[in-house]
Amino acid sequence: MNIIKVENLTKKFNGFTAVEGISFDVSEGEIFAFLGPNGAGKSTTIKMLTTLISPNSGKIIFNENPKLTKNEIRDMFGIVFQDHSLDDELTAYENMEYHGVIYKVPKNERKKRIEEALKLVELWDRKNDLVKKFSGGMKRRLEIARSLIHYPKILFLDEPTLGLDPQTRKKIWEQIHIMNKEKGMTIFMTTHYMEEAEKMAHRIAIIDHGKIKDMGTFEEYKEKYKTNSLEEVFLQITGEKIREEEPEKNYMFKKRMGR
Amino acid sequence: MFEIIYILWLRQIKRHFRSKSRLVGSLGQPLLFLIALGFGLGPMFQQAGAGNYLDFIAPGIIAMGILFTSIFNGFELIWDKQFGFMKETFVAPVPRYQILLGKTLGGATVATIQGILILILTLIVGFTIPDLSIIPLALIFMFLIAIFYTLVGITIASLLEDLQGFQLIMNFLVMPTFFLSGAIFPLENLNGILKLLVSVNPLSYGIDGMRSVLINQPSIFGLSFDLILLFSLSIVILGVGTYLFNKIQIN
Repeated sequence: MNIIKVENLTKKFNGFTAVEGISFDVSEGEIFAFLGPNGAGKSTTIKMLTTLISPNSGKIIFNENPKLTKNEIRDMFGIVFQDHSLDDELTAYENMEYHGVIYKVPKNERKKRIEEALKLVELWDRKNDLVKKFSGGMKRRLEIARSLIHYPKILFLDEPTLGLDPQTRKKIWEQIHIMNKEKGMTIFMTTHYMEEAEKMAHRIAIIDHGKIKDMGTFEEYKEKYKTNSLEEVFLQITGEKIREEEPEKNYMFKKRMGR
Repeated sequence: MFEIIYILWLRQIKRHFRSKSRLVGSLGQPLLFLIALGFGLGPMFQQAGAGNYLDFIAPGIIAMGILFTSIFNGFELIWDKQFGFMKETFVAPVPRYQILLGKTLGGATVATIQGILILILTLIVGFTIPDLSIIPLALIFMFLIAIFYTLVGITIASLLEDLQGFQLIMNFLVMPTFFLSGAIFPLENLNGILKLLVSVNPLSYGIDGMRSVLINQPSIFGLSFDLILLFSLSIVILGVGTYLFNKIQIN
């Protein structure tokens, strides 16, 4: 079953076309990756899929049911945003609880699920610490834990490992892998790390300048472009190497403001 | 629904009390006004036969503290919009009006608490309340002022993208609201443009009500008129705020 189906999606900002007529579908239980450089339209696509912004044209259909309301769609997914979205002045547990309430996790279930998720990301013993005391990697893990407690069918991950050290990145991918394997959760992720897309994703869409340039499994890419690395594929398709993304653009400002 | 409103409310309360700087910082300005004006202009006021100026100005200063703290909720909304937390809330399967209600009640509660702290400060420096049984009514006025200006702050913030813009608007809104409200001067015998400005300022009615209640002095506009006006204006701004809040898009 196609849990997400996207047809001809376009988004413009003041005359600039961020996403131009993209179409793809994601099957249930799949890990689907959007690979592309900074400004390619990955985050804009995720924002449209997660109902945060509306497209100028095109269709997004969840669960093969075009009649779902915004709130019904929101019930289905969890999301980890590219930049920070925790409340630093609350504790890890309070952030989880807030999420549990606004996602309507039943009260008698909440405690159990929060504990389960915090243990999964190895933050249970830090549950009563204020988030502002956490490192970047811990915050990211907390955000992942948070996105899980309402048992979403789809998990959106927008550059989940951006700016993290290799060790933390590995750990985060292990956790994502578990969720996909054990719970059959569909994962839609964006990344600009080639090796993450290579290793993790069942299918990869290469996106640049708002358009999907090609789509397929890593094996298919290797065969089609006669190469062993995704980097080479990317080079052949776009004519350039992938551009590095800056880690969290708001981070320094936030530091300066002392939050 | 109530649980959602409650958790949003709780977040505001926790944040406020955890930030000692915010808690104490928002008392500084009202205290300065209270001392500089209350004691600075007091003797002149007395000589003119207008009574005790500290008693006169205390309700206005309390309202000022509530006004500042309430409007500041708009600043916080922009902060949350800019730095991610609002994204987390807006993407949840929750109607926006519930989020708005939770934020408003939380913000207004915080502002009312600040108002109570300032009231205590005024009592310490010599303000006297002749009749303590009026405290509940005074609290109702304080809470209504808080609700109204929290909604004003959030409504304006719904339209704005960045903190600088908000600060600019604040300067053109908050200071005039305070100075042109009868907080620091009596409204009797005003005329011309000043009278007009004061009478279109919602805070004038809040302060009129508070002063009348707290120092047991006849109200200028009528107590029930003050109450009904503040309440109706809050309903109106709630409507406008809900509409604009619904339209916020996070980029």
